[in-house]
Formats: sequence, structure tokens, C-alpha cells
Amino acid sequence: MSKHLPLCLTCIAIVVATGCGPARSPNSSGASAGGSGETIKLQGSGASFPAPLYGRWFKEYSAATAGVKVDYQAKGSGGGIKDFIEHTVDFAASDAAMNDDEISQVDQGVVLLPMTAGSIVLSYNLPELSKPLKLSRVAYSKIFLGQISNWNDPEIAKTNEGVKLPDLPITVVRRADSSGTTFVFTNHLSEINQEFADGPGTGKSVNWPESDKFIAAPKNDGVTATIMQTPGAIGYIEYGFAQQAKLAMADLENASGNFVSPTLDNAKAALAGVKMPADMRAWLPDPKGDQAYPIVSYTWLLCYEKYDDPQQAQALSDLVRWCLTEGQKSSAEMGYVPLPEIVVEAVTRKLDSIQ
Amino acid sequence: MAAKTSKAEFSDALSTSSISSPPSGSELVKDRVFRGLTQGFAWLTVGLVFYIVYEVGGKAMPAIQEHGLRFLTTTTWDLQKEQFGVLPEIWGTLYSSLLALLIGGFFGIAIAIFLTQDFLPPKMEWVFKNIVEMLAAIPSVVYGLWGIFVVIPMIRPAAGWVHEHLGWIPLFGTSLSGPGMLPAALVLSIMILPTVSAISRDSLSNVPGKLKEAAYGLGATRWEAIFGVILPTASTGIFGALVLGFGRALGETMALAMLVGNSNQMSISLFSPGNTLAALLANHFPEAGEKEEPVLMYAALVLLSITLLVNVFGALLLKQASSRLGARGGPK
Repeated sequence: MSKHLPLCLTCIAIVVATGCGPARSPNSSGASAGGSGETIKLQGSGASFPAPLYGRWFKEYSAATAGVKVDYQAKGSGGGIKDFIEHTVDFAASDAAMNDDEISQVDQGVVLLPMTAGSIVLSYNLPELSKPLKLSRVAYSKIFLGQISNWNDPEIAKTNEGVKLPDLPITVVRRADSSGTTFVFTNHLSEINQEFADGPGTGKSVNWPESDKFIAAPKNDGVTATIMQTPGAIGYIEYGFAQQAKLAMADLENASGNFVSPTLDNAKAALAGVKMPADMRAWLPDPKGDQAYPIVSYTWLLCYEKYDDPQQAQALSDLVRWCLTEGQKSSAEMGYVPLPEIVVEAVTRKLDSIQ
Repeated sequence: MAAKTSKAEFSDALSTSSISSPPSGSELVKDRVFRGLTQGFAWLTVGLVFYIVYEVGGKAMPAIQEHGLRFLTTTTWDLQKEQFGVLPEIWGTLYSSLLALLIGGFFGIAIAIFLTQDFLPPKMEWVFKNIVEMLAAIPSVVYGLWGIFVVIPMIRPAAGWVHEHLGWIPLFGTSLSGPGMLPAALVLSIMILPTVSAISRDSLSNVPGKLKEAAYGLGATRWEAIFGVILPTASTGIFGALVLGFGRALGETMALAMLVGNSNQMSISLFSPGNTLAALLANHFPEAGEKEEPVLMYAALVLLSITLLVNVFGALLLKQASSRLGARGGPK
């Protein structure tokens, strides 16, 4: 998606425009598909971060399977959950799993299925540096609290020996819109820094420090573009966006005190250390493990427990099963982290509860 | 020459009987239907505005009851603690629009004068006019991108120099990080340019030629004629153009969301990031949950009121100005 940045930013406008429009009701189409031999239509909406991967999966699956058509509209995690509660979609997707309050609003019951995972990286614009910046936990949490405001701060210099840091103000770029990415990132910062937890806190959109060096841009694309264009900028974005825009990504200090780069292996190491609870809401605010990259999160598919039409329920669980097996093969290639074996098994077992 | 042809046409028309005969029955019906239709559509537009206010107001009601006028005077936007205030956004909306009006208005009127007062051969005038009006066809997102990739890097060195040497002036009090008020206002001023220049051009070219000839006849120079006679005569139209341009600037969304920096703070500095109501709505609405939606609707209502106030105020000023000009015998 972010391969063509201008195109993507055009998409923002479309997403904004369509996001405001009334959601189509797929219930009628789903019900009419109850007859044998007709096309079963599955309509979903939600998270924009896994949208490129989901788009590919659903397209490939629809092409490979006769009689099933899957539509996915990337309107953001919050929008997906809203549609899901209002029952205007057959399934939804979110980077932040639903909370108890949200789950209680769904009469049909909720099944949360982790489908893939992604890391959030700190990208920066310091072209004069030749190797990745190493940021300690103190350094990057203080940068996002506005307490470290210049690149030559001793706290940053300490972990980057032999690197000549410029005397340049740090411009922090954050998300302007409400976003699952922000949720995951602030969840991590709140875990490692009490002051952050007491101040901005954890949320899809939080009250960042007020400063003329804190600027906000819409969507992952917007933050990516702003970092690219602003000397001395640092911001949090999804790994895939940074990779495709060829932005520098900082090595971060993890819980074990090692500096790890946001590679696929290090993200896998982070996931490996997490036990999946029964409701599948596994948070990794600060994953353990020597090589674990510190900011990694699952992204979830939200399904109902009971569907009016058994065929639709069957089609949906078939689809998820396909994504868990065939689909996982293409995750890594698109910058996402394939699920560990144990999680795939757990999710597959969980599929039985969809009826 | 124009007078000659119209005279000829007039005598032509006289020779045919149609002009002197009373309107036929079908013409009367057509006239009635047309009048009915236009009236219907006019009322429909008025009704639509009221319907929008009703809908937005209804959805904003819970937020209005909860936050009241504090919403307009506080500066925090914190979804976690459920504190909402739009003062920085109101400030940003007005500040960016006024800046844009200042820049865009000046250039828009200058272009209009340039295109109507025989500075160019008519063919060139036509080309220029179309190029300027084509600016209106460029999508807002493209302006936003152009701002990020062209305008900001272009003004960065100058802004840095100004901040370093004139930083003691509050207007240049902060250094430019990238997105901020100045890039937003610059791009906004280009976006309102076609509106301002097209309407100003129309009102300038509608100034009767007699007036200009009379001014020259009295010994006025070209610039005296333009500033002393033509501009004042066309001023009501030009003023209308400015009001329209200002309205456009107030409501502009996408380009601003990309360029203004979306920072919840108030600053007089041109280089500091800010936020506007429209950008706030664009950024928060797609993912707004139950808690945030009424608040955003309230913000939308505030934006609507500001736009409405500007238009009403503009219309009043216009009325006053035109009645004064009317007394002087200028065209309406």
C-alpha cells in the first residue's frame, strides 16, 4: 500500500470520505445466499494496518474458492469495532482487541482471532548517520514525553558511542487520527515509563505533550511522509511502511537490556514469549526474551459466535483456516510477522466456537 | 463598437413582431413553471441548511449538555480523560483562514486587475484566466502533497533565517519543524485564488467602459483610473469574492489536515504547528467511538456557526457598502 506514497495519500481522502458514509448492510445479501449453490458474501471492515495483507488474502481466497466472495473495507480499527457492534458487517478487524465493555454490546457473542502480528518502529530523519541509532528505553520514552528535545542530548549520546549526533531539535511526529498503532505504542510506553502512564496514558488517541516540536499527521502514510520531509524528525509507524519508504529505523533497548533491530526474527522472538489466553486477547506491552523486539502486537479478526446462516459461518471459518495455513506464507513477504505454530493451533481450535 | 451592434440587434428585433406581441399562453405557463422551479430549489437549499443544522445539532446535543460553553474556552483534547475543548482549533481555523485571505486576496485581486485592464492581448488574457481557474480543479489532497513535498522544503531555509534573525518578533517566535501555520496558509491562499480572482475579474469587467473613459477624459493616469474609479466601482463584487474565499478557507479539510501539523496548541508564531476544526473532524471522525462522536458533532456545529457568522457579517457589510455606492450612482 505504501509503495506509492502519493496514491496512498489519495486513499486517505477516500477513506475519510467513505468512512463518513453510511455502512452498507450486508445482512440482506448474506441471508439471500442461504440457498444452495449461490454465492456466499462475507463483508468485513476495520483496521487499516493489516489491510494490504487482508486484501491479498481475501482476493486469493475468493479466486481459489468458488461461491465465496469476501469484501474488506479498511476504515480503521475503531470504525471496524463500531460496524461490528452495529452488525452492519459479517466480520471486522482491529489492531486493539475489543474490551469487555465493547464485547458486552454484542448479543451474538464474540470470537477474537489473532491473524497476524506487526512491529512498530521508530523511524527518524538524520541522513548524516551511517548506522542505525540505538535508543535506550529512557531515551525514547523521554523523547515522546518531550523531555529530550535535542539530538545531541547526553541520554542519546550515551548509547551511540562514536556517532556524531547533530545539534538539531527533535521533531516528534505522531498520529493525528485515532489509531490502533497509537494504542500499541502508548501501551508499551506506559508499561516502561510511569510518567507516561500517568500523563498521556494508553489509548487510540492520547493527549500528547504540547510543544511546537510535536506535529501530527494523518494515517501511517502521513506520518511516513512527514518524517521523510522533516530533518530531525522521529515518529512511530508500522514496520512495513518504514521498510517500503526506506526510512531509517532505530534499534530499541528491550526488557533484557539488549538493543534489537526490528527484524522479522526479533518480532517472532517477542511473540514466542507470550502465552495465548483463552479469549485470545494477548497483550505484549513489554515482551520478554533476549532478542525480543519491544513493540510488537497481534492484530485481530472479530467474528460472531452465532450466525443466522450456518453456511455463512462455515464459509467464514473456512476462510480463516485458509488464512492460518496458506495465508501465513505470504505474511513475511509483506512485512508482517507470521503467527507462531502454537498460536495457529489455538486459533484453529477456537474456530469451532463459530456457528 | 459594442453599442453599435446592440443597436443593430435592437432594430432587427423591432422589425419582427415577436417583441411587440403579448406573451402567449404557453410562454406564460413556461414562465410560471420556471419561476416555481427556481423558487422551489431556492427553498430546498434553505431547507437543507436547516436540516443539516438539525441533524448535526441533534447528534451534538449530549456533548452540548455535558460540556457546555467550556468546550469553546478550554484547550485540552483528551479522549482518555474525556476532556474536550476546541479553543486551539477555533484559533487555528480563523488564523489560517485570515492569513490565507490576506495572501490569496491580495494576489487574487492583483490577477483580476491584470487580466481585465488591458495589460495583455485578449488571447493571452483568455489563456491566463483559464490557467488560474484550473487551480480550482486540483484536488485538495494533491495540494496537501504538494505542500509537503514542495512548499515546506522551499520555505524551510527562509523560515530558518527569519527565525534566527527576527526571532524576537512573536510572529517568528518558533523555528519551522515542517507542517505548520505558514505552509498551511500559503497552500490555502493558492486554493482560494481561483475563487477570489474569478469573481473579482467578473466584477471588474462589468465596470462600464464609459466610467473608465470618463476618468481618462478628466486626465487620470491608468493607475489613477484603476485605483480611483474602477476598483471602488467593482468593490462590492470584490468584497463578495473575498467573503466567498474566506468561507472556502474556513472549511478546507484535507490539505490542512496534512499541512497544519494537527497540534493542539495556540501560538501567534507563523512557523508553529496548529490545528483547525475541519482538520480535527477529518482526523477523528472515521474512528470516532460513542464517546467522541457527539463531541465531534459539537465541533462541527461550531465550524458551521463560524462560517455562517462570517457570511452573515459579510453580507451585512456588503449591503452597507453597496448602498453607499448606490447613492453615488455606481452600478449595483
